[in-house]
Amino acid sequence: MELSELREIANQTKQQRRKTQIRCCTVGGCRSAQSVAVKERLEEAVTDAGLGDSVDVCSVGCMGLCSQGPLVSVESEGAEGVLYTQVRPEQAGLVVATLDSSTSQGEENGLVIGDRSHPFFTRQYPIVLENSGKIDPESIEDYIAADGYQALFRVLREMTPKEVIDTITQSGLRGRGGAGYPTGLKWATVAKMPPGQKYVVCNADEGDPGAFMDRSVLESDPHRVLEGMAIAAYAVGADQGYIYVRGEYPLAIEHLKKAIQQSRRYGLLGSQIFDSPFNVRIDIRIGAGAFVCGEETALIASIEGKRGVPRPRPPYPAESGLWGCPTLINNVETYANIAPIIRKGADWFASIGTEKSKGTKVFSLAGKVENTGLIEVPMGTSLRDIVEVMGGGVPNGGMVKAVQTGGPSGGCVPASEIDTPVDYESLVKLGSIMGSGGMIVMDENDNMVDVARFFMEFCMDESCGKCIPCRAGTVQLYRLLTKIRDGQATSADLEQLETLCDLVKQTSLCGLGQSAPNPVLSTLRYFQQEYLDQVKTS
Amino acid sequence: MESSPGITTKPPRSSEHPSGDRRFKMLEATMKRLQYRSDALIEVLHSAQGLFGYLEEDLLLYIAHSLKLPASQVYGVASFYHFFSLKQKGAHTCVICTGTACYVKGAAQILEAVEQKAGIQAGETTANKQFSLGTARCLGACGSAPVVVIDDTVEGMQTPESTLQRIAEYLSDGT
Repeated sequence: MELSELREIANQTKQQRRKTQIRCCTVGGCRSAQSVAVKERLEEAVTDAGLGDSVDVCSVGCMGLCSQGPLVSVESEGAEGVLYTQVRPEQAGLVVATLDSSTSQGEENGLVIGDRSHPFFTRQYPIVLENSGKIDPESIEDYIAADGYQALFRVLREMTPKEVIDTITQSGLRGRGGAGYPTGLKWATVAKMPPGQKYVVCNADEGDPGAFMDRSVLESDPHRVLEGMAIAAYAVGADQGYIYVRGEYPLAIEHLKKAIQQSRRYGLLGSQIFDSPFNVRIDIRIGAGAFVCGEETALIASIEGKRGVPRPRPPYPAESGLWGCPTLINNVETYANIAPIIRKGADWFASIGTEKSKGTKVFSLAGKVENTGLIEVPMGTSLRDIVEVMGGGVPNGGMVKAVQTGGPSGGCVPASEIDTPVDYESLVKLGSIMGSGGMIVMDENDNMVDVARFFMEFCMDESCGKCIPCRAGTVQLYRLLTKIRDGQATSADLEQLETLCDLVKQTSLCGLGQSAPNPVLSTLRYFQQEYLDQVKTS
Repeated sequence: MESSPGITTKPPRSSEHPSGDRRFKMLEATMKRLQYRSDALIEVLHSAQGLFGYLEEDLLLYIAHSLKLPASQVYGVASFYHFFSLKQKGAHTCVICTGTACYVKGAAQILEAVEQKAGIQAGETTANKQFSLGTARCLGACGSAPVVVIDDTVEGMQTPESTLQRIAEYLSDGT
């Protein structure tokens, strides 16, 4: 295939589009609110109204505001689109009826119109999510029409692997899976390994409770991830890739399978892509429900068909990964950033964000907050902007008490620090982490000892059991926290809690154990009084 | 020479399971597609659980034999991952999400209410095998928390009352 052919597909797809498009989100949260039925009824209504020639009804990915689903947007050429929220299947006719008159947009007939001028939408900076909610995730033609696979073409035909890695390095992109390791450096390490069998792996085992951005990206724009992986494979010299997806995400798996088939059929994955000597095959591996498999060495064991148990590093997977071969592992969102960086250049990406954290970050905002859903904002946006301005704060006028970031490996940022700009370093300074981007808002009704106990229970359940500090330590920490919650603990128990936290943190084998005490330590740091209140004084 | 039957390296496999259960034939097809590779174990277990509903001991032994793996390894993998169930599930299932978003919005109360009503703990099945209760760590539908999955249908914005109402018919007889 040539670039001209790619453009031809894009043009044809655009020409075939009808004047008006009714887009209905059929993934994630909206799907659990009957959005598939909404879409079917919309199709019927369009046919019934005889508008089949001028109106498209399309399935699209996530539009962000998940709590208000199902979401339907009506887009006409050259006109500001209308977003309808909480659309019920029986309202499909009403939505179609509004197409008729240009003045009435249907509020009076019971449809709820979403406010697109709300900061929730206007403050976003979509890079990873630029196609989300706009294209049909099951159509490769839609992706190509949105400039898809052009970056892959440019990389294979115009750039050397070294130039690709240099571009990624210059962009300042850091791993979006949690720790924020520089992506370019990771790629360069794998590329430097002696030639031979190498692998690229996409970590799509998003297991943090409260995080759903990877799921959303995979469901809404799967080709974006495939393109990023193919570029990475070329850069590091790999010809085989694996996407390790959680078994709990069946729709993401379905969309990925379809995307892989389509790309193979178009020759965009497989052998001699774009008539270059480059070959790459990408396969899916389905996880089986183990949080620890998000850790890279455990993930590798799981791909090999074994128990997902981590091993000590070094050697890092970059040197010795899958079946002992050099392996590049990146998170879904990291790969999703690659194609735009190649298309628009490293400088463009580096101009967004803060000095040390470039680009944007997708957060899943949930918990006690008015607008829950997915947002993508430049790095360095303050927590207050995210939670209060975009999220609309706690419902019913409540007060934010803390924001939990980074899941069980993270911590709670107290309301007093809400003006902190969100980037890798500032969150670490507060005793939390960026993690994969889960953000749970808590209000005054949440007891922080209980929250710490909740996360410890999670880590205790999910510990793989290989190393003693994690296996036994999390159980003891959980018991101590239960004792405190039940008002049975003494100040000696509190002291032991702290000591044990340090021990587990310092001596555990992998990230799960090393970070398990974080929620306890951060709540102890900011909400010590709550612990003291529950400790027996006598 | 090409037509000589002597060049086949793999011994022919019998696709007929002694029990005559057709599901074994389908499982066999999956394993064949995955070339009986030992690293395909998790895929095979996924497929087996899809066909049989759960992984009983005989089934694990059959898989171990087919993939030429020690039974201990197959059991080790099957018991390690939460997704695999070694026990038979009830006719109806209710999975309560206990992710953080659901937790802060009251999933624990829903769980407690269902446990009390059904008389079983999470992970158990009622004596009449009609109803299984489970928990999941985040289904990724945090926008509609708290979330409950009843027989594969995701129900958002639940309360103890709405969930109990939804599962009432599965609990009414004999529990």
